[in-house]
Amino acid sequence: MTTAPVHGVAVATRDVHLAFGANRVLRGVDLEVPAATTACVIGPSGSGKSTLLRVVNRLLEPDRGDVLLDGRSVLRDNPDVLRQRVGMVFQHFNLFPHKTVRANVTLGLTKLKGLPGDEADEKALHHLDRVGLAHKADVRPGNLSGGQQQRVAIARALAMEPEVMLFDEATSALDPELVKGVLATMAELAAEGMTMLVVTHEMGFARSVAQQVLFMDHGRVVEAGAPDRLFEAPETERLQRFLSQVL
Amino acid sequence: MDILTTLRETFFDLGAMREALPELLRVGLPNTLILALTSAVIGTVLGMVLAVSGLSHRRWLRWPARVFTDIFRGLPAAVTILLIGVGLSPVGLQIWGPNPYPLGILALSLIASAYIGEIFRSGIQSVDDGQLEAARALGFSRPSGMRLVVIPQGVRRVLPALVNQFIALIKESSLVYFLGLLASQRDLFRIGQDAAANTGNQSALVLAGLFYLLVTVPLTHAVNAIDRRLREGRRADGSDGSDGVDDDRVEAPVAQTQEAR
Repeated sequence: MTTAPVHGVAVATRDVHLAFGANRVLRGVDLEVPAATTACVIGPSGSGKSTLLRVVNRLLEPDRGDVLLDGRSVLRDNPDVLRQRVGMVFQHFNLFPHKTVRANVTLGLTKLKGLPGDEADEKALHHLDRVGLAHKADVRPGNLSGGQQQRVAIARALAMEPEVMLFDEATSALDPELVKGVLATMAELAAEGMTMLVVTHEMGFARSVAQQVLFMDHGRVVEAGAPDRLFEAPETERLQRFLSQVL
Repeated sequence: MDILTTLRETFFDLGAMREALPELLRVGLPNTLILALTSAVIGTVLGMVLAVSGLSHRRWLRWPARVFTDIFRGLPAAVTILLIGVGLSPVGLQIWGPNPYPLGILALSLIASAYIGEIFRSGIQSVDDGQLEAARALGFSRPSGMRLVVIPQGVRRVLPALVNQFIALIKESSLVYFLGLLASQRDLFRIGQDAAANTGNQSALVLAGLFYLLVTVPLTHAVNAIDRRLREGRRADGSDGSDGVDDDRVEAPVAQTQEAR
């Protein structure tokens, strides 16, 4: 089966600030992910990585700064429409447990894109096939392994034909033996030209798939660069310490 | 021996029961069911409105819902039924004529809605936040995400509690007798009680009680069945989850992964 063409566009943030009360979670984040490239965001927990992703698709609104898609600010767009352009995959999959795998994928297609049932169905099966799970279309998510659920979540996001994909620790909740399949699906997607912003603890994935890696700490991007440079020769003491703990 | 005979004659006099049976069946049962079903439907709809308002971020929606719930959950059912049924009867008289049913149903519905609203609210609140977040990430607005994803899951979880509330409603429907019913409007309780008062024998009331049990006991068992199905429901769609793990190993597209290691 041929895969649907992927059209990744550039995504960027400019001086993004966000505080929850006195807790300043993002303190001026700039990032630049060129079209059809992958950027991995690494850093200790609480550094603002997941919050940053949620600002990019405006699940959270920044207090200050700007978010750009394809070079254009999106902060004044309808956030619901923006989110159709930006797919997101969560740590805990967040599939809808009361719906079948197929219905998880078709829900957005019929209700948001207005596709007729059979067309949505065909599209859902296509995207499920792409992640190797078309044969599980009529099963409920609870019957799938974690890795399968996460691949369904990826298919659900891809079916909306996004221009950017956000991954929020997509493999952190998986048993080690299931991580591989999900990372493989993500790597394929990157190779097909999707723009991806990936919060991850998988340094191997960051090294082999990403064009750039950003290290975040205390709400700032402390260091960024090509993965080889960043992993081999970290410049800041904070990144050196972080890498010595995780590698 | 004497006591036993007296008890049998007082509570299980077949003659008295036979006499009351046609009226219980033709008048009492339909009236009880009409009262309970109508208030259940209205109470459920109103309860959902209360639940959603009670969970709203808007204070002017949330507070009225909370106050309403506190009042109608906190008052004895008899007080509410009397206050509404008698207090509003001049208004009712103009709208429906001398018929206490609509106000009785209104009072029962308001009481039921306060409880059902709380049941729905707890169900909706028990749904993981990630569900709404995932719906919104797909492009659904908050209200659409609630309607399509969160509320259906929340309602499913509280179905047993909801049916329990319907059972309570069937029993509480007997309180509308306060409002003075016409002969043709009497419910199970009232017919049983009238017969008991007229004859000094409680058997008709016992028979009315048996009719209540005939409706409520199957419902309690339905609750248990629903509860069981919800617990085991994950496996009810014919798929065995255990094969999933193997599939993951065999069918995952691994080509890129090896590179990624």
